[in-house]
Parts: sequence; C-alpha cells; structure tokens
Amino acid sequence: MANKAFQKTYTQLEAITKATVSLKATGVSNDELALVDGRLAQVVKTKGELVTLQIFSGTEGIPTNAEVVFLGGAPTLNVSDELAGRFFNAYGEPIDGGPAVEGQTVEIGGPSVNPYKRKQPSQIIPTGIAGIDLNNTLVSGQKIPFFADPDQPYNNVMAQVALRADVDKIILGGMGLTNDDYLYFKHEFEAAGALDKIISFVNTTEQPPVERLLIPDMALSAAEYFAVEKNEKVLVLLTDMTLYADALSIVSNRMDQIPSKDSMPGSLYSDLAKIYEKAVQFPAGGSITIIAVTTLSGGDITHAVPDNTGYITEGQLFLRRDSDIGKVVVDPFRSLSRLKQLVAGKKTRKDHPQVMNAAVRLYADAANAKTKMENGFDLTDYDERTLDFAKDYSNQLLAIDVNLNTTEMLDVTWGLFGKYFQPEEVNIKRELVEQYWPKEN
Amino acid sequence: MKTTGKVTGIVSNLVTVEANGPVSQNEICFITVGDTKLMAEVIKVNGKNAAVQVFESTRGLKNGDVVEFEDRMLEATLGPGLLSSSYDGLQNDLTTMTGVFLKKGEYTDPLNHEKLWDFTPIAKPGDKVVAADWLGEVKEGWLPHKIMVPFAFKGEYTVKSVVEAGQYNIDKVVAVLTNAEGEDVNVTMWQKWPVKVAVKGYKDKPRPSKIMETGVRAIDTLNPIAEGGTGFIPGPFGCGKTVLQHAIAKQGDADVIVMAACGERANEVVEIFAEFPELIDPHTGRHLMERTTIICNTSNMPVAAREASVYTAMTICEYYRAMGMKVLLLADSTSRWAQALREMSNRMEELPGADAFPVDLSAIISNFYARAGMVILNNGQTGAVTFIGTVSPAGGNLKEPVTESTKKAARCFYALEQNRADQKRYPAVNPIDSYSKYLEYPEIREYLNETIMPGWVEMVERAKNIVRKGKEANDQINILGDDGVPMSYHEVFWKSELLDFVILQQDAFDDIDALCPLERQKYMLDLVMGICERDFTFEDFEECRNFFKELINALRQMNYSEFKSERFYEYQEKLNNLLSNGK
Repeated sequence: MANKAFQKTYTQLEAITKATVSLKATGVSNDELALVDGRLAQVVKTKGELVTLQIFSGTEGIPTNAEVVFLGGAPTLNVSDELAGRFFNAYGEPIDGGPAVEGQTVEIGGPSVNPYKRKQPSQIIPTGIAGIDLNNTLVSGQKIPFFADPDQPYNNVMAQVALRADVDKIILGGMGLTNDDYLYFKHEFEAAGALDKIISFVNTTEQPPVERLLIPDMALSAAEYFAVEKNEKVLVLLTDMTLYADALSIVSNRMDQIPSKDSMPGSLYSDLAKIYEKAVQFPAGGSITIIAVTTLSGGDITHAVPDNTGYITEGQLFLRRDSDIGKVVVDPFRSLSRLKQLVAGKKTRKDHPQVMNAAVRLYADAANAKTKMENGFDLTDYDERTLDFAKDYSNQLLAIDVNLNTTEMLDVTWGLFGKYFQPEEVNIKRELVEQYWPKEN
Repeated sequence: MKTTGKVTGIVSNLVTVEANGPVSQNEICFITVGDTKLMAEVIKVNGKNAAVQVFESTRGLKNGDVVEFEDRMLEATLGPGLLSSSYDGLQNDLTTMTGVFLKKGEYTDPLNHEKLWDFTPIAKPGDKVVAADWLGEVKEGWLPHKIMVPFAFKGEYTVKSVVEAGQYNIDKVVAVLTNAEGEDVNVTMWQKWPVKVAVKGYKDKPRPSKIMETGVRAIDTLNPIAEGGTGFIPGPFGCGKTVLQHAIAKQGDADVIVMAACGERANEVVEIFAEFPELIDPHTGRHLMERTTIICNTSNMPVAAREASVYTAMTICEYYRAMGMKVLLLADSTSRWAQALREMSNRMEELPGADAFPVDLSAIISNFYARAGMVILNNGQTGAVTFIGTVSPAGGNLKEPVTESTKKAARCFYALEQNRADQKRYPAVNPIDSYSKYLEYPEIREYLNETIMPGWVEMVERAKNIVRKGKEANDQINILGDDGVPMSYHEVFWKSELLDFVILQQDAFDDIDALCPLERQKYMLDLVMGICERDFTFEDFEECRNFFKELINALRQMNYSEFKSERFYEYQEKLNNLLSNGK
C-alpha cells in the first residue's frame, strides 16, 4: 500500500477525534482506503467537500498537517492456496516472518449470497462433546457463538471443537486476543499437526481496537476463496465478537451517532448480521461454518451484543460451571442449535430428537427439585431420582471433557433413563421405548 | 423532463443529493456508479437537497455521481405469476438472478412476460366498471386469478371490448375501457401500485366474523385469530417464533400465503425453499408452494430494502384480497423493519424517541397493521388479509418500543416465554398472558359455538381458568411445600399440567401432531375438560401426581397417533381404564 507518485496528497486536516480525522478532499469514494501520516484509514462519511476517515490504529500523535493519500479502493486481501498455514495481522500482512501472499486481489466484505442459491445445510459436524452433538448438534453452514463469561475456558473449548471437527480449513479470526491466548491457539494447532489447514488473522490486545473491525471480513474473504473456488468445508472461528462490537461503538461514538441500547450503534444488528450471514452451504459443495465467541458480563444475555447475536445466529452454546460436579458444562437450557433438526434423527439414530428432549425435561425437573430442596422442602422419591439422574447426566454427557460418538451418547442416555425412571415417566413414543429401553439382565 | 442531481454527501447508505428540479417524498431515483445504477428512495427533502436511502451497498460511491429521479414511488408489479415466486424486498425475482452472489445494481423482472395464461373474460362490453372490478380471469395454478381494472384508475369506465377466451401473455391488451371523457385506455394483465399506499377498491371493511384455522392448538383452541384479523408473536430468541410461524404457514386455512422474511436468517428462508415444494396443503391437497409467495430480505441484505419488503408483501396480499381470496401474511420479524427505520432516522440525525427509535414508530406500525382486514368487494364477494407478525424484543423485554407499539395495533397477542422454552414446552406460548380480542366479539363467539360445538367458547374460558388456577396453586406449592398445601392445590395444578401437556404443547416436528385440525382440537379439549371437571380424591400428592402423569402419557400418545385410528382408540381405552380405576 505504498504511496504512488501520481496520487494527490492532502496536508490540511480540519478535525481530529480519537478515532477519526476530517479533511477537505474531492473525488473520494465511500469505503475507500487512505493513508494518513502513514497509517491506514477508511472513508466513513462525506459531506460536501468534507471527508471523514476512520483511522484503524488510532489518531495518537497525528498532526493537523499530516499527509493524506487516498488509495482508490476498499480494503483487499490476496487470496490463493498460499494462505494455508500462515498468520496475518488485521490488514492481511504476514506476521509469521514469511513472504507476502501472491494471488488474486479481492475486496473484503464482498456481496451476500443470493438466498435462493443457497443449499440447505445437512452435514453434521461432530465434536465428541455431548452437550453439543447430542443436545445442540452442529451442522456445516451454521453460525453459532459460545456465550461465556470471560473466566470460562471458551477459547480452549473452541480450539478443541475446531481440531476434532472434520473440515478442510480452519480460519481463526482473533479480535482482542491476549498474547497468551494467541500463543495458546498457535501451540494447539502446531501440536495437533494441523498447521497446514489453518489460517489465522490476529489482532491482539496490544494492537489498536479499531483495527479489529477488519478481522472478520479478512477471515471470511479467505474462507470464501476456499469454499467457493476449492469447494472446501471451511470452519471460521471468531473470538471475541464482543470486543468487535466494542470497536464499532468507539467509531460510531466518535462520529457523533446517537447510541441505542447499551451505548451500541443503532446498526449493530445489521453490522453483526453482515458477518454471521457469510456462513453458508454453497450448491457446489463448499461451506462456511462460523463458530464465534461472545463474552458476557455476569451471564447477562440481555445486553445488546449477545441479544442481537442471538437473533442472528443459529443458536448459541452456553457454557456454565456446574457446581454439583465441579466441571464446565454446556448448559442444556440456554443452549440451542437451530439447525439440529436437519440432522438429528436423520443423520443420527432415529431416537435422537425424543431422547434429547426427554433428558432435558428430566434435567429441568431436577432443577425444580433442587429449588425445592434449597427452600427446605421435603423431596419426593421422584425428586430424588431426578437429582441423581441430573448428576450422572451432567458428568457423563454435559461436561465438556466428554468425547463420544452420537450413538454412544444415546446409549448412555437410555442407560440413565433405565437406571432412574419408569418408561411412562420419560414421555417418549412407545416404539422407541420398546426398542431402546435397557433390558434387565 | 426528468429531475436529475448530484451526490453531495454519503454516510453509509444515506446519501444527500442536490437536485435541479422538483422532487417528491418517497420518489425513486437511480444513482450511477461506474456502469451500475443503484436504486434509492427519497426520505427527506430540505431545499434543493434530498436525503435518499440507497437500497444497495454504497461502497465506491463518490460525491458528484449523477442521480436521475424517476417521478414515481416504489412500486410492486402485480399480475399472474406472483404465486410460487421468490422475491427480494424490492420484488426482484431471486430465481432469475445470475451467479451465486447478489450483484449490485442487478434488478430482475418480477413477472414472466413470455408465459401464456388461459384467459376467460368476465366483463362484457358496455359494463360500467371502477378500479379493482374484475374484467377476466386466468388460472394461476388452481386459483382463479382475476384480471382487474388497475387500482390506479380513477372514476367510472365503460368496457369497450374484452378479448375472447384464449392463451395470452401478460402484456396482451385484454380489455379496452373508455373513461368519462370518452378516451380509450388499454388494460393488460399486469399493473403497478406504490407499495406504501394501501390498496382501496372495495365497498366496505366490516368487523371480522370468522376464525382462521391454523392447526396450532395454542392458537385455534385458546386464542383464535379471525380471518382478516391481526396478531403478533413476540418472544426472545430461541423461543420458537420462526418454527411457530412456519407451522402456521404450512397449515393455515388460506388461499394465498405471503411470507415476508424481513431481516432474518437466510438459512430459514432456505428451509422454506427446500421444504415447501415438497409439502402438501392439508386443505386442498395441492403443493404448498403453489399458494405461496416469498419475499425475502435477509439480515445481510441492504437495510433500506428491508423496510420496503414488508410493504411489498402487504401490497401483494391486498392484490389477491381484491380477487376475493383469503390471504395470510406472515412477517418475520417486524422488529428488524423497525430497526431499519431506526438506522435511517439515526443517520439523518433526527431527534430520537425511546431506545433511539424514530418518534413516529408507533404510528407507522399501526398504519401497517390497519392494512389487514376483511373486505366486501364491489361485487359483494369477500376477501381477507390476515396478518401475523413476529416481534423480536431486545433482551426479551416486552416493555420495549416495538412490542408496545405493536400491542396497540394487533388484536391477538401470542407471548412466547423463555421459561417455557427452557423447559422445552413448545410452542412456548404463554397461556395466561396471551390473548385474542376476537373472543370478545359476539359475532365470533356465536360463530365458534355454531361451527365447533355449542358451549365451546365457555369451555375454552373454563380451560383457561384452570390453567390460571394451576399456576397460582403451583406458586403456593413452591412457597409452602408439597405438604404445606391442601390436596386440592395439587389436583388443580395437575389438571393445569394436563391441559398444558395435551392441549398447549404440540410437537411441530412430529408428522401427525404438527397438524391438528379443528375437529381434532374439539375432540381433545372436550376429552381433557371432561377429566379436568371431575372431582378426584387422592391419598397423597404423590398418588395425584402419578395418576395425572399416566393420564398425560396416554393422552400424548393419542396426540401422536392418527386421529380416530385403531391406535388412537387403543390409548383412549387405556385412558378410560385409568380413569375408571382412579378415584
């Protein structure tokens, strides 16, 4: 992105805020990139001759006589097979010491897929974690975030899911990752010997927050290359989308926009949807699946970021520490995979949907029993049994350290039903009970 | 001469244009960017400057780019071929677009101009006609699609000629009309109408007097929606709004269904594309797709077109209503439309109302809901547009502006509840908070008691009362403990659970339970209420609970069995045994 000789250079800034600068310029197009005092910036507003630029790395130290050069287009990424195994910063520049990537130059944040041309997702992505595969089955082409408090091991779970998933490429978009987490991902990928199928775009906490705004589009442009041109199954990991949203609010705030809920911009829904809706099953076989992380503050999902995310994504995976068993579990109440019915009972054993629902219902009965117990009431025999069931269910299925295939998960669940309940207590279709209820030996 | 202009300012998709001539509010214009033209709509005029919202991404747009004004508002194209089509929010045909990705500035024709239709005349030369009167008819699938005097025609016309029966494409002049001044005007099979203006062309708009069957027990039995009525479904994410709407779309007793996917997930629309062509309409035995039009502006498609999408959908509904049809409009979700309004209001730096929504949000929503309704056409026949919208309240809080504004406009309220969804009690419609104002209409009560069974409405009210009492009893049990309350509390609680599990809950993914015709709903409610209105004596609450659990199990198995099949009666027999052995 070098300064080219024939380009006009401006040297008079009219205004500077923490994230933006304004100047008088002509012939500038919307979303165009520019260099301001050597820093990358993007046009976000024009009003008559006055152009406002958002500076990705912040405006610290920028003088009013800074040199401004417009680069003639929106941010781009060079895409080719050479991307595989590489680490990049938010601008798509290598940070692993390797050479720049040669390939086709594409504008990031490109157009949407015609909904009519999409295919219905139908391939299961098994993870071995029963809280996911059994209760909230993932499907290729899906978009789903982990909702987790900052103290929960969401990045570890995500790395584990990514490495177990049967996909052709894994693309990591790290936004505001701590350096430690970045090195953790790097180490995990290396240790698994999977580096050649992984591409990373990373913005760490050491780097300016506004730069993060480029990360999802960079990661997804790379994903589109492999999914469209190579018909590959691509898994995109985006962590942490809450920090992405924070960067959005910084920019909109500096542009004097009226904030809506939780001081987020009014366009938050559309901004997030533009990213998540890149998840798609293409007709030619390639797919993009997005697993993201949205950190919560104190488990509050009514905050604008998780709330808008929940309306966009196809479900959410909720991590919670279960004090009864002392492990982190995938919460069956708050978690949901909206696409699970496309595969549950179709690509998995036919008893899957009913078993899953019955187990969650019984787990809910256990939660009620627990409330009763905490309030000091006597428990009935049924209450006692649901509590015992819940403990086993948590330990053997919900905990994130489980690694089973779905058939094993179903067998384990039937085993627990048989151990604690009578067939009429589980409310499952008779044919299924006849076939799968554990026989007494 | 057309007004033209130049771009003078850009903030995201809000563009300011300096115009050189007259410009009207909501006028359509095209902005030339390189070799593409982007469609935009005027939303504010100030002196020579018009603020326009662009229906596409404005990336690459420059100050100074040329703008041409079209001297018309955003219009829908109406004619045979709308059904089974899939459009974006601006009524571009998504199926005829090239490439997998949407291209900027690619606009496709909503109707096929080559296809031939079997035309039969209705009007005769010499007939006096006004806008929306029927001139002829073509068969669109199995529906008689009326060719009407265009809605835009003002005053009375005399039919000069109508072509004879035959096969024509939609551009064929099928009739010539003479206006009061003696001038002849040609009428083809298609017309245009501005989407933001309600279609009139009917004689009267009476109160709805019938109910529309949806096959969903929580709606039809407890809080029925009227044909030509309005309802809305608010609920936090993950409570099953979309599943419930799809269930209604699959089973709703309507001639035409228009689904507006407004700012929602693309995969949900893909589900419709994939499933509907396979599914059969339970009322006619025809393919569902034959009666369905999809307007799809998913969340990643341009925001301004999202706002347009609900209006485009409503205009198509009104068009079919004018043919004397029962039309059902489902919009998912109206909150996204409200958010689109908010984004634009925000960019125009208008003073915000609550939660930064525009201050006239409430008025916009109620104007839109008012376009639904039953009408009596000029020829005495009736048509209806029933509208059900979903609302996605921020944070699941029903006290937010979109929910509150909608509550004032819609007559039915189906509150989806997080708590019920967590317990997998689907559909998660809260039986106590939800309501149907139509149950207060004497004509609807009379209709229900006549068509379903005498005393039906009263029975439904008693059922609701049991659910309400059951909840109170449950609260007491939770406070005082199982032993701290009289047995009658347990009994009423379990009776309410019986109603909940058997009537309210319905498995949308089970082939049989998913669709519950009114006849079956009547049978089941009658059966369950027979149990609920009996007095039982139990030794202790455990006995009570076990007894009801067995009843629930038998009744649910009945729900899963084909109506009045051997298996169905087998479970009923089991139920009867339980009851006669019980207390």
